[in-house]
Amino acid sequence: MNSNIFVIIISSAIFYGTPLFYAALGGILTERSGVLNLGVEGTMLIGGVSGAWACLHIGGSAWFTVTMSILVGALAGGLVSTLLAFLCITLKTNQTVAGLAITIFAGAVGLSSYFANIWKVAKTPVPRPIRTMDVFGLADTPVLGPILFRQTSLTYVSWLLAIVATVYLFRTRVGLQLRAVGESPQTADAMGISVIRYRYIHTILGGALAGIGGVFYSLAIVPTWVDGMTKGAGWIAIALVIFGFWRPSLTLLGAYLFGALQSLSSTLKARGVDISGDILDALPFIMTIVVLVLVSSRFAHRRLGAPAALGVPYEREER
Amino acid sequence: MSQSAVRMTGIVKRFPGVVANDGVDLEIRAGEVHALLGENGAGKSTLSNILTGLYRPDEGTVEVDGEQRVFSSPRDALEAGIGMVHQHFRLVATFTVAENVVLGESGGSLFMNQDEVATRVRELSDRYGLAVDPSARIWQLSVGEQQRVEILKVLYRGAKVLILDEPTAVLTPIEARSLFATLRAMADEGRSVIFISHKLGEVMSVSDRVTVLRGGRTVGTVNTSETSTRGLASMMVGRSVEFERVVRDNPADTSVTVLRVDEISANDDRGRASLHDISLTVGKGEIVGVAGVAGNGQRELAEVISGMRASTSGRISVGDELVKSGKARSAIARGIAHVPEDRLHTGLAASHSVEDNLALKNYRTSTISKFRLLKRRAIREQATALVERYDVKTPNTTTPVRLLSGGNVQKVLLAREFSALPKVLIAASPTRGLDVGAIEAVRERLVAAANEGVGVLLISEDLDEIMSLADRILVMYEGRILDDVPAEGADRERIGLTMGGSNVQEVAK
Repeated sequence: MNSNIFVIIISSAIFYGTPLFYAALGGILTERSGVLNLGVEGTMLIGGVSGAWACLHIGGSAWFTVTMSILVGALAGGLVSTLLAFLCITLKTNQTVAGLAITIFAGAVGLSSYFANIWKVAKTPVPRPIRTMDVFGLADTPVLGPILFRQTSLTYVSWLLAIVATVYLFRTRVGLQLRAVGESPQTADAMGISVIRYRYIHTILGGALAGIGGVFYSLAIVPTWVDGMTKGAGWIAIALVIFGFWRPSLTLLGAYLFGALQSLSSTLKARGVDISGDILDALPFIMTIVVLVLVSSRFAHRRLGAPAALGVPYEREER
Repeated sequence: MSQSAVRMTGIVKRFPGVVANDGVDLEIRAGEVHALLGENGAGKSTLSNILTGLYRPDEGTVEVDGEQRVFSSPRDALEAGIGMVHQHFRLVATFTVAENVVLGESGGSLFMNQDEVATRVRELSDRYGLAVDPSARIWQLSVGEQQRVEILKVLYRGAKVLILDEPTAVLTPIEARSLFATLRAMADEGRSVIFISHKLGEVMSVSDRVTVLRGGRTVGTVNTSETSTRGLASMMVGRSVEFERVVRDNPADTSVTVLRVDEISANDDRGRASLHDISLTVGKGEIVGVAGVAGNGQRELAEVISGMRASTSGRISVGDELVKSGKARSAIARGIAHVPEDRLHTGLAASHSVEDNLALKNYRTSTISKFRLLKRRAIREQATALVERYDVKTPNTTTPVRLLSGGNVQKVLLAREFSALPKVLIAASPTRGLDVGAIEAVRERLVAAANEGVGVLLISEDLDEIMSLADRILVMYEGRILDDVPAEGADRERIGLTMGGSNVQEVAK
């Protein structure tokens, strides 16, 4: 029963959707503060290569190594987005340009590949990959086992994060203030909320989550560092933020939908289904384009609840 | 003598190229409504932004309750009990009233208790007559209600000194009256209210004392009971200004209709019907004033007539020639000139030079272009002549328009529109945001145009302006014309009520 194709597709959708969700959740936090991060792709790659390096160099128990690798990936992602934050918030550069610059600078043929070269992590399988777990020994339960009880630790943490982020955004005072900063920084400032601080913190936090998403690629999915291994996941994550209406719960569902699309080709190929692999591989990106076109129509934009000040630098003294 | 709640001494604030405050003194007592009066650019906003911690003064001291304070952010000012009600509301449109009120409140629990906040908001709104539903979202509220939220916000934070920046600009006369009652109630409780305005009538009716600013300096502080509108006006502008009806050299000839609008309906930007079967005529040399609170279809009306917005039904004609719906070029060809309310965005290309802007309307004519190429010298000569004739103060004709002051920007726009020798002029809020000198110049131009036989449709929120310039007054409310009266001897009260939507029959009773 657990080799039923739908069970396999759903459980691998969750597996492949996990890094997308990390990056997208980071995007939600960043965009809710009013900063548009188009550097997610590059940030994920830096996170991925740093995680792989940590995994190769930090000893100790499997748990310790993996945890440290994830933290190193998060730290690297946070550092990259600190640069973005400095460009966008302090220097008030155009956020689209700054984000693209980060992706080009840090991305597939940029800094991440350079680090891979000098750290010699490319094509070396990581010694302690992130593996799926058998939770409560229920992994072989029919249907639900592979879906709910045979996932990676990072997947379970992401479920927790989805809840925490939802409560944070919509139930706490700090979350309210964060949303105010993204909706109307003038209002927030007049009410004594530090727009700059909120934007820095959430941009960096968002980058750290994108970094963890990158680590999932180099430690769980492959699990070896390969140049440019995220293959556009960062862009999908940016689309997911919009697709999920800037809400963690909907974005989680969206991530799994795109995860399913991403895993479809390998799953079907393994089954010997005769479909062009190229078309299947292109599916997530076709979907991304379709979603972005649909939701960026003028009507949708007004209804979806995009933070009103998204992408607009805040300046207090207007003269 | 009551103790001073706020004392600002020798405040200086410089911006690149401007000294906005040049040694301002201001003393506010507890329990008074203190008006801060001055023209645009007199330094009122800068001064209040310093008091609320948004700007830091270059020189001078701020004392609150006798203690010297330095505010480095709005939070500091709020903690010292100084709250600001901004002219452009600082509200998050997608949040509820309660959420807006608690925003930025320090301390308190991690989670928000909406019910508790709602109860406290309700208490405050009962006490000061600021009726508003705490669970409503801001975008659902009227402008008047949004202003109440702004006031509740600062009261909730325990402000002892409230600064209101031009609070009546967006209100109907009736809403304004209830605001004044609220301000009085707050002052009676010992709070201080700083009321920023350039409307003399309001200042006279609401304040205890008035401080007048001019050119970034304090002219003086007077007791309201010991001064008059005229006295304040001359303090404000440094000379006396007449507020009487303009006498026309060449009165309107209403036997000849230059503009006829027949049952025009149109939608606003969101696709909702905003004009309902509007009909009006403007005679030769007639100035027709359209009064109303902003947002009742005036903008759409101006845009439809000038061809910038398509109508959904109805006809517009100049003389006996029809204007094609939604075709600005057709409107121009028929002789309609348009002075839009947003002069720097809709009226002019802000970063282009004065001379290019002046050529924007007649660039197709042979005088300044040939074989579709522009004749630069002819453009410059045209600009030099117009700058001279319309008294535009600009370093030269190649200066970008955005660098000019508001009054000169408007003169450039008027020069361009009048140089096309129009039959009809649509002027939307032509004096808004200008200083008194520029206002006079613009009004003179409008009257001069009417004297030459141009039919003028003057859309304005400033009732004084309409009363003094117009021959006839139309009152717009929710996309309809509710009233049409001769301006001579018009009843302000009745117009004010109609602007607020009370219908004419009711008023007559």
